[in-house]
Amino acid sequence: MNTPISWLKAYVPGLACTDREYNDRMTMTGTKVDGVARLDKNLEKIVVGRVLSIEKHPDADKLIVCQVDVGNETVQIVTGAPNVFEGALVPVVLDGGRVAGGHDGGPLPENGIPIKAGKLRGVPSAGMMCSIEELGSDRNAYPEAPENGIYIFPEALGPVTEEETRALAAAGKLDSEEARAMNPVEPGMDAVALLGLRDTVFEYEITSNRVDCYSLLGVAREAAVTFGKPFTEPETAPAADETGDVNEYISIEVKDPDLCSRYTARVCTDVKIGPSPWWMQRRLSACGIRPINNLVDITNYVMIEYGQPMHAFDLDTVAGHKIVVRRAQDGDMFQTLDGQMRQMDHDVLMICDAEKEIGIAGIMGGENSKITDDVKTVLFESATFNGPNIRKSAKRIGLRTDASGIFEKGLHPTNAEAAVNRACQLMRELGCGTPVRGIAEACEPIPPRARIAFDAAQINAFLGTDYDEKTMLDIFGKLEMEYDAEKKEIVVPYFRQDVKAMCDLAEEVARFTGYENIPMTLPGGSSMMGGLTYKMRIQDKAREAAMFNGFSEAMTYSFESPKVFDRLLFAEDAPERKAIRISNPLGEDFSMMRTTPLHGMLTSLSTNYNRRNKDVRLFELANVYIPKELPLTELPDERSMFCLGMYGEGDFFTMKGVIEQFFEMSGIREKMVCDPAAGRPFLHPGRQALVKAGGDTLGYFGEVHPDVAGAYGIGGRAYVAVIDLQSVLPHTSFAYHYTGIAKYPAVSRDISMLVPKPVTAGQIEAIIAQRGGKILESYSLFDIYEGVQVRAGFKSMAYNLVFRHKEKTLEEAEILAAMKKVLNGLESLGIELRS
Amino acid sequence: MFKEELEKIRREAQERLEQSDSVEKINEIRVSVLGKKGSLKDILKGMKNVPAQERPQVGQMVNDVRVQIEDAIAQAQKELERRLQQERLAAETIDVTLPAKRLPMGHSHPNVIALKEMERIFIGMGYEVIEGPEVEKDYYNFEALNIPADHPAKDEQDTFYINGDILLRTQTSSTQIHAMESGRIPIRMIAPGRVYRSDAVDATHSPTFHQVEGLVVDKGITFADLKGTLDDFAKKLFGEETKTRFRPHHFPFTEPSAEMDVSCFKCGGTGCGFCKGEGWIEILGCGMVHPHVLEMSGIDPDEYSGFAFGVGLERIALLNYEIDDMRLLYENDIRFLKQF
Repeated sequence: MNTPISWLKAYVPGLACTDREYNDRMTMTGTKVDGVARLDKNLEKIVVGRVLSIEKHPDADKLIVCQVDVGNETVQIVTGAPNVFEGALVPVVLDGGRVAGGHDGGPLPENGIPIKAGKLRGVPSAGMMCSIEELGSDRNAYPEAPENGIYIFPEALGPVTEEETRALAAAGKLDSEEARAMNPVEPGMDAVALLGLRDTVFEYEITSNRVDCYSLLGVAREAAVTFGKPFTEPETAPAADETGDVNEYISIEVKDPDLCSRYTARVCTDVKIGPSPWWMQRRLSACGIRPINNLVDITNYVMIEYGQPMHAFDLDTVAGHKIVVRRAQDGDMFQTLDGQMRQMDHDVLMICDAEKEIGIAGIMGGENSKITDDVKTVLFESATFNGPNIRKSAKRIGLRTDASGIFEKGLHPTNAEAAVNRACQLMRELGCGTPVRGIAEACEPIPPRARIAFDAAQINAFLGTDYDEKTMLDIFGKLEMEYDAEKKEIVVPYFRQDVKAMCDLAEEVARFTGYENIPMTLPGGSSMMGGLTYKMRIQDKAREAAMFNGFSEAMTYSFESPKVFDRLLFAEDAPERKAIRISNPLGEDFSMMRTTPLHGMLTSLSTNYNRRNKDVRLFELANVYIPKELPLTELPDERSMFCLGMYGEGDFFTMKGVIEQFFEMSGIREKMVCDPAAGRPFLHPGRQALVKAGGDTLGYFGEVHPDVAGAYGIGGRAYVAVIDLQSVLPHTSFAYHYTGIAKYPAVSRDISMLVPKPVTAGQIEAIIAQRGGKILESYSLFDIYEGVQVRAGFKSMAYNLVFRHKEKTLEEAEILAAMKKVLNGLESLGIELRS
Repeated sequence: MFKEELEKIRREAQERLEQSDSVEKINEIRVSVLGKKGSLKDILKGMKNVPAQERPQVGQMVNDVRVQIEDAIAQAQKELERRLQQERLAAETIDVTLPAKRLPMGHSHPNVIALKEMERIFIGMGYEVIEGPEVEKDYYNFEALNIPADHPAKDEQDTFYINGDILLRTQTSSTQIHAMESGRIPIRMIAPGRVYRSDAVDATHSPTFHQVEGLVVDKGITFADLKGTLDDFAKKLFGEETKTRFRPHHFPFTEPSAEMDVSCFKCGGTGCGFCKGEGWIEILGCGMVHPHVLEMSGIDPDEYSGFAFGVGLERIALLNYEIDDMRLLYENDIRFLKQF
């Protein structure tokens, strides 16, 4: 909401503060100021001038030389503007002054444009006449301003305040020479002030609970309490001398009161369309609303003041002089006043006359009842529609308007009456029409004002404060909340629909005693143990292991395109393809919850590869989302995946080492086993492995299949690993157990062998481990060779075995026996011993 | 006569030692003076000509000289070793400014650094770190947080839906409900996690980002406790000199609600480009848990009260490390990550 401070001051007359103070204090009581714009920014030394004479420029066809009376002197100004005439009153920026922008109306430079006396084609010019754009505004705000020309003032502004207009109306002199001659414009006057630009527009961030503050009056109430000044509401009670009977003009029937709890209507006759007075135009234009004519301006003015959107119908177009409020039929087509045909459904509420639909309730009127300049009798609608229904209807129809934006917040029915009365009062004051006596309406019972039990001690206990009852009651009083001392209850005014319970009262106390005055304490009570969950500790171990090995932590999106499965060569029936779809995604690329972290990792590697980053190692702790069944009926299994990816330096066994290290750091006691039968289509068929421990599969790793690497634009070999942390958890432990340092000497034996190529180190090691017996302490591969010196179909491998007994020195016979068992086992694999 | 002889042997040995520049030469001296055929032995052979009563004296003199020479040899040997070592060490001088040998080092993600920092602070205050589901029931994300089906706040959050009942959580506040429903009171928890909103990707928006939720529920928890706790948190996170400012705000699930600003860490509060002249930087939303929310989660609001807060993790990371584009956080360019 953007409103000028001058308008607000009409209701808080005592308000006197700088813009900065206003900003700070309103923000601290909860009406956050989001923007402050001084309308006279960069407007310096600009006065009214009267053009006394115009001569042609001796050296330029398009320029003229003007003598301009600027009050205390006459200056010569050269201009190219075509619309200047002798006798015209114009804004003139004098030598050393400043304007806000250029005449083209482009973006305003931060420091404006300085103006100095100089010569134009050899003729001295003491300043510049200004267009409305140079004054930082535009023709939307000042519709009377010419296109591409100097702004021309009228000889007099007429009434410039609501009071002046009201006084003229009371004296019956609205349409008089006297009225038109009020506030004459004279050379030397402050042109900026005359244009209403000595003002500041504040923009507020209004929270969704404060429906009342989407109106100028609501903000004014807050300002009054914040600054401790009286608030004066406009007097809207219908004048006593109104005549006629509204019920002779219109009848109201609401068929769906659940969607419209109140519909009020008033009628004005003898409508005369014309421009609205200067003050009303200035206030609207400062709010960013283009002044149009008195009737339209009045509805806009009341919408700003009361936060109540209204609609004006030409009563002569309302068939049967009857308003019926009902739901549309499914499939009904309706032409809104912007000329568009729109399709309705049964949940859209329509405003109808005796024959036809004439408007979409709370959203937009119909083309068929549009007001024209020939209107004689006008019907003002001021109603209370069901907020959520308006919101949903606007969304379905695809038409969100200023009105629907306000209605959807849920207005109070009392507001409808105040607003329609205000509109009629302005009609009369502005000489725009004559209100007919009475309000036609259909109204559900208006809910009684909320009553909340008040207990100062309870509020203090909630806030941690020590305010006395009187302080609190004073605040409630200023907020127009009455205190029923007998029942000890606070009675909430209708416009504060947000105040319902003790905590809401506490908030009012906190706001107006100042959040800054609430003390700072720490919670008492029993002290508690803090900490991470076990899973988080294991995740931290994964981070440690990865970072220790040069992998940096990455983060990627959790949703991706379903096309990634094809890119990753997944089989048509791969379980990964059973993924959760988002029903309203940002696009296909963000439409599916990932079931594998690979795409994010490969995309990140690809980004780095494309940017020519060398030797990249990344990891991510990525959640994947595995549905139990599709379509989803219960929440999916969210599993944390430890995903690693790298290219450049390092190979398959580098990756294997990281995983082993992670397992060791996580206290996994079982030996990590690599099973080549991983069957992952996105990995190199001969360079991939399942990671197993204690019989469970915990993940997989391998070299990225060249086709997949190619699809991601990664040249060279890349490696990935995916470890399922949920599966890892049961194998981990932070329990340490010391088993003593061996006291007796170890004996080392080497085995050198010729191994058939298909036999794996894993198979050999399984035999060594199994057959070595209790005395086998460790074993390690220390040589492997394949090549010309080795018989075809074989490879040469050599292991070192270390034996040790915990309680004694080993005897040769024991070692021989163990070795024999090992060797026999190895021979069963077709292995030949070399020595 | 013996005396002069001995002195001569001692002096000559000393002179030769002083000129020796190798172990071999020193050994030569040892043999030629102290050895079986050495000059001292020769002297001893002349002992038979010495009168018996003088022999002990002469023996003593010979012995003294031997000891002196032995000492001199040892001294010379030590000196030589020291010199040789010095020479060797001098020859081994390296250029210490040559590049270091390092294992490749991995780097943290700025989000994780900020998160670990926050976890450390809150664990220190006795908070448990918990997590909740990202794919969540509508009830936990909205209804139980006082955002009923028709509430405009539901629209404001631009929710991704899976179906009518299941959605991607828009706020970690859903974890508050899980914590309260567990029935274990007192509660002191933070819950970091991923949240989702339908915002297109640009420098300041991402459809995925992270929040850290906080919740305290106990008897007698006050708004003053909320202020004190978060003020403490801000000082630990941004530095002891940090000031906080609580502004009234609105969240459906807290009442009263507030937004907390911290004094600008660039200008200290005087106003600069970083804080857009405000002197304050908005950090988090917070408030007293709405009694109705407590009630819906099975906690008696007459007996218990609580406060809650939510911090945007990316916001903290962007501010703290002066990262000017949110997209960098999800691109994983190694040149970016290496700076953390």
